[in-house]
Amino acid sequence: MAEVSTREAFIDPLFNNNPIALQVLGICSALAVTTKMSTALVMCLAVTSVTGLSNLSISLIRDKIPASIRIIVQLTIIASLVIVTDQVLRAFVYEIAKELSVFVGLIITNCIVMGRAEAFAMQNPPKLSFIDGIANGLGYSIVLMSVAFVRELFGSGSVFGFTILNPVNQGGWYVPNGLMLLAPAAFFLIGCFIWALRSWKPEQIEEEFHVGALLELGNEGHLR
Amino acid sequence: MEHYLSLATKAIFVENMALAFFLGMCSFIAVSKKVETAIGLGVAVVFVLGITVPLNQMLVTALLKPGALEWARLPNVDVSFLSYLLLIGTIAAAVQIVEMVLDRYSPELYNALGVFLPLIAVNCAILGASLFMQERDYSLAEATVFGAGSGIGWMLAVVVLAAVREKLRYSNVPGPLRGLGITFITVGLMSVGFMAFAGIQL
Repeated sequence: MAEVSTREAFIDPLFNNNPIALQVLGICSALAVTTKMSTALVMCLAVTSVTGLSNLSISLIRDKIPASIRIIVQLTIIASLVIVTDQVLRAFVYEIAKELSVFVGLIITNCIVMGRAEAFAMQNPPKLSFIDGIANGLGYSIVLMSVAFVRELFGSGSVFGFTILNPVNQGGWYVPNGLMLLAPAAFFLIGCFIWALRSWKPEQIEEEFHVGALLELGNEGHLR
Repeated sequence: MEHYLSLATKAIFVENMALAFFLGMCSFIAVSKKVETAIGLGVAVVFVLGITVPLNQMLVTALLKPGALEWARLPNVDVSFLSYLLLIGTIAAAVQIVEMVLDRYSPELYNALGVFLPLIAVNCAILGASLFMQERDYSLAEATVFGAGSGIGWMLAVVVLAAVREKLRYSNVPGPLRGLGITFITVGLMSVGFMAFAGIQL
């Protein structure tokens, strides 16, 4: 892993190895905070900074952590960083921090933070780990912001609280799609996001062996 | 009694941890390939949630509530900002202890749950339940019911999803949607189904 270049460490997590779409990490919060763009943005900033800083600090002491208790050590570091983040959010954007409620605390168990600490920071030098953390946070942010954009635009007709599609209840013409604000829409949108991303980058397709593929076996060009 | 029954129904169906709050999604998606593993993890989650939520409730009451430190002659000290550290510490420790106790006294259960237990320490459903408990200020009895109820709800969701995914193997899904993508859409449809429970009160 030592030969990962700085550029690769930064670009890879954005699209090629997106934490949500490919590594299946950090989905919990991705779905819950995306009804509005402003909450999603705050969440992205919080997650990106926690991931970056936790990767940095864990990488700094990676040779000193005994393997048997590393999970607890990592959790403690992450929990402390999240406490700091939570206090900062409460001090400066109290309203949004209230809307995020338990999800700020849940950054502790956000698998992106733990996953990157375990998979990258434990083996790599501090600078690279910091970049990896930030980049993974950004990869997460891309998915979060696009989901939030669609949900807010079609769910309440606005973007960042500014009205774009004038909704009916304010005398406009747009009938808001209530489903967008409910839980299922988030699942559908992430599913579609993954679909789009994998159509663009076909090498990410998972080959699950299904009967359809068996029938296509004669057609070996399509099977890797 | 009715109050607790209503709380349990709410935790299991209406506010299902996985389908309404999206908690524990990572392991939810990862272990739902087979019904057997889904049941294994589900049981482990019910077990750990049933223990840690009441445990955390006691600790929160004893240490974090305003004026709780009076027994240590520190009535004005407010350490509530340490709540995350306390909750996650309890969970990690509880998981470790459960693992050791099972290993010693019930090897069969340990073999069945063993691989899942470490996974659980970082399952957001566990921490999420404790955080909800703290936010909603549950009493000890309520916390126990809520903990077990949300565990059962999570298990129900993951087992059902695993059953659907096992059948899904026989369908010809478009390439880029295969695996993760179609799973998300399935979960979305399940979530629509669970929305039918909304508003039910006993």
